[in-house]
Amino acid sequence: MNLRSRLSLLVIQILIISLMVALLGRLFYLQVAAAPQYKDAALSIQSRDVVTPATRGLIVDASGIPLALNKVGVAITVDRTIIDKQEDKGEAVLRSLARLLKIKYVNILQRTRLCGELESGKRAGCWTGSRFQPIPITKDADPSLALQIVERSDQYPGISAAPVAIRSYPGNGDVNAAHMLGYIGPLTEGDLAGENGRTYFRSEYIGKAGLEIQYDEFLRGTPGIKTFTVDRKEVVTNTRKVTNPIPGNHLVTSIDTRLQAASEKALAAAVARSRANGYRADGAAAVVMDVVTGRILALASYPTFDPNAYERGLTTKQARDLYSESQGVPALNRALQGVFAPASTFKVVSLAAAASAGYNLNANYDCPGQFEVGTRIFRNFESKDQGTLSMKKAIAVSCDTIWYKIAFSEWIKDGGLKPKSNPNDFFFKAAEGFQVGQRTGIDLPSESSGRLANREWRISWYEQNKDFYCNYKERASKAQQTAFLIELARENCLDGDKIRAGDAVNFSIGQGDTVITPLKLTQMYAAIANGGTIWKPTVGKAIVTTEGRILQTISPEKVGTLPTNKATLKFLQSSLREVVVSGTGAGAFSGFPIAVSGKTGTAEVFGRNADGSLKSDTSWFAGYGPTNKPRFAVVMMVSQGGFGSSSSGVGVRQIFETLFGVQGSTIVPGAAIYPEGKPPTVLPKISPATKAKVAP
Amino acid sequence: MSLINQRQGFRRTRGKSAFWGLDPILTVAVGLLLFIGTLLVYAATRDWYASNGLDPEYYLKRHVINIMIGILLAWGTTVIDYRSLRAYTPVVWGLGVIGLTAVLIPGIGSEVNGARAWFPLPGGFQIQPAELSKIAIIVGMSMLLSEYRHESDAPSHRDVIQALLVAAIPVGLILLQPDMGTVFIISVAVVAMIGASGAPSRWVVGLILIALLGGFGATKLGVINDYQVKRLQSFVDPNSDVLGAGYQLRQARITVGSGGLFGTGLFEGPQTNGRFVPEQQTDFIFTVAGEQLGFVGSGFILLLYLTIVMRAFTIARRSTDAFGRMVCVGVLSWFAFQTFENIGMTLGLMPMTGVPLPFLSYGGSSMFANMIGFGLLQNIYAKQRG
Repeated sequence: MNLRSRLSLLVIQILIISLMVALLGRLFYLQVAAAPQYKDAALSIQSRDVVTPATRGLIVDASGIPLALNKVGVAITVDRTIIDKQEDKGEAVLRSLARLLKIKYVNILQRTRLCGELESGKRAGCWTGSRFQPIPITKDADPSLALQIVERSDQYPGISAAPVAIRSYPGNGDVNAAHMLGYIGPLTEGDLAGENGRTYFRSEYIGKAGLEIQYDEFLRGTPGIKTFTVDRKEVVTNTRKVTNPIPGNHLVTSIDTRLQAASEKALAAAVARSRANGYRADGAAAVVMDVVTGRILALASYPTFDPNAYERGLTTKQARDLYSESQGVPALNRALQGVFAPASTFKVVSLAAAASAGYNLNANYDCPGQFEVGTRIFRNFESKDQGTLSMKKAIAVSCDTIWYKIAFSEWIKDGGLKPKSNPNDFFFKAAEGFQVGQRTGIDLPSESSGRLANREWRISWYEQNKDFYCNYKERASKAQQTAFLIELARENCLDGDKIRAGDAVNFSIGQGDTVITPLKLTQMYAAIANGGTIWKPTVGKAIVTTEGRILQTISPEKVGTLPTNKATLKFLQSSLREVVVSGTGAGAFSGFPIAVSGKTGTAEVFGRNADGSLKSDTSWFAGYGPTNKPRFAVVMMVSQGGFGSSSSGVGVRQIFETLFGVQGSTIVPGAAIYPEGKPPTVLPKISPATKAKVAP
Repeated sequence: MSLINQRQGFRRTRGKSAFWGLDPILTVAVGLLLFIGTLLVYAATRDWYASNGLDPEYYLKRHVINIMIGILLAWGTTVIDYRSLRAYTPVVWGLGVIGLTAVLIPGIGSEVNGARAWFPLPGGFQIQPAELSKIAIIVGMSMLLSEYRHESDAPSHRDVIQALLVAAIPVGLILLQPDMGTVFIISVAVVAMIGASGAPSRWVVGLILIALLGGFGATKLGVINDYQVKRLQSFVDPNSDVLGAGYQLRQARITVGSGGLFGTGLFEGPQTNGRFVPEQQTDFIFTVAGEQLGFVGSGFILLLYLTIVMRAFTIARRSTDAFGRMVCVGVLSWFAFQTFENIGMTLGLMPMTGVPLPFLSYGGSSMFANMIGFGLLQNIYAKQRG
């Protein structure tokens, strides 16, 4: 062996040893260092979880009448993983399915597209779940059609029909409550990825809106899981573990079915009344609250939708209409998501402000037809000169000019356009005391906070908009280039970060940039009625297990106290009574046999509708009763509904009629919703079979 | 020569009777691999065959038959006279070339997984001439590189060229099948042998350059790519979703990784039993070891291979003649690089090629060739003992 061959041998040996060491190192990495992740990967390859969904808990009203329950439906589902593999991507199958179900092919096509597959703006009715879930076309199919699919399965590859438990909103006593109840739907990829910190199984359905999402963790229960080991052909080789489903718990609400139905009816009637008077009335809301406990007794929004449509299967048009402006955005819960200028209902805040500013509430004040602030004229409602009025009467007849004057002089005292470093800001402080601009914190999702247009808000608004106003001629569209708007922009650019005289006087009558939700106003009036307690309202009352054990009691929280002293509050209460006796609410409540209090509001709305017409006023009525021993706050709002009294005032009266069992001007014995004058405190027995009592 | 002389004494002290003149370390290591391989082939096929209503021992029986034939071949190769080995070599080489040519003719050779590499035999057996050609090439080259017809202790250019021709003809035919894995292994063995022969080093450097250029060119021309893509696709169950070309390799890695430190236990692996890795009794047999025996078991298998190769180095160094040394280098490089190629592929270090794992994989031709290679090492070992 020469040196060269000996050297070569050594080189080969070293090379081979290195290669073997490399293999050993790689083996160590795979089997020791990275073993956990590979074990997980292997488990997901070998295991199949068959999920048996848990029976969802019921949602019942305060007397145990089901608002949401479960029933057996027949689901017809499309399996995208199968139809996508067909040559025409499943078109032929979906077309024949469309013929069978007598729905349009485009609807089925849209329903079976993942939302991510579609361009934004064309996603109405798309499938929010994943490709690997069977996509239900309907869950409430005619069993005979389902049978045809099962029998001719060769003609419908990728289509299945099977009985499923579906969510049903039975509408006992003609109740709708769609916004409050919400609906359920498939999991999104985000839900599956654990975005909200919970783990789900692919085939589960979860609450998507309203109480269904708010209390989903209780209602949902725990699905049962059977874990199988499968081989490459998906043949089950082993059952690894089995857990049985645990049914979801029931939710007892403080809602009363009859009161809810009556509120919905009164709301629809108010809208119809407004429309008959030539107003657009594009939306409305009503809230009834127990002022003593803070519990919500009814909560309605108009327009509404059929909560069962989701399980039946929305057509593309239905899905689009839910969010369409032309249909009035039925999906929007106006009671807590709609924000509107509160107008004269806000004068309760102004009264508190005036009291803390030292104005004598028992003195008389001038109520001229108009009030000049600089060059601008602020008019009374219908420019009516009411002469000299007591403060109480001024509230009753809703005089504006009194407030202009007070707000303007307070604004001047605070330094006007050059505000003092420590202004009194009686009006803003009073509004803050009423928690305007804060969410009520109700146990329903997506509540709007509204807006308190105080000095801080002004400054932040200016920061966001000064570029636009200071470069108005370049930034604004052609249509916006009118002399008035250009002048307005110039002013906004100049001192838009300051509270101007106009802002101050508008604020005092609930106009301008301050907006609130109907629920917020209910909370405020409930606080006036109950002697000053601001409640965080609740709809849920308790979580009860299927065995009837109380799992959790849900109680409203006291979140604040009104910033008024006892005397002011008393004055406020007597003024609100005066509104109904001799003021703007007198007409609506004439002959009402039980003393109630309240305040009208008619808010001017700027801007135009889509068709170019000017927007009509927002109609408000906020009331409570009985006046001497307040228990219920009732608020109604009709957007573009015209006058506060005739639209909403009459509507609130109708709700009070149902509450107190009043027909016309007489009290019908035993007809009141709460015979003892207050909502029940005992939790009801829960059964899906409970039916609504028929109103006497 | 002084090195060899020093070791004479050591060799004499070894017991003659215990292993019938065989190298004990080599014999034990190969024996263990054959035993483990038998268990793994059974573990890879038992449950799947049973659940599909087939004979669960189908592969086990055949594997045992293959091993028994292999042992006979190894025994024959061990005891055969050195000189007759040289005499038979041209015949074996010639038969190999004929076989490699014939296998390319449609109707005679059968195409499996995109390569024309097999002769179908009755009873479901198949013969792969490329495996046997490895032996012919190694022995043939060893002859040419060790019989110096001149006063030198190294082969001349002429010897090297002749030796390369002996390798080039079968390699060319295997390229046509195409079976890139085998080509790679033979090429490495050829370079190693020429290097170890003491031939001028420019031959080694030149051959490595040619191999690199050839490999690069083949990839560029799409020869390797097409073949590999086809192979990948043909593996994937046509009824399942086309999961992408990396499916097998990913499955193999997951299966090995999921074994962890101690494995799931023999016959217990759900990945193996679910047959998520294709060809798991042949090319992917190491995944079965990985899943069921864990790092401890599969690491032990690696050590057995290392032992065999290291032992072959020792035999090569102690060989009293150049021929024996050449054969040893050829066989050990073949074993080492085939092992690296196969396990490297399973672990995701090497590209996918269809070569079996020596002594472990199911497959007759490969088993026979490996056992003949093992016999050659034993023969040379025995020769040293005189």
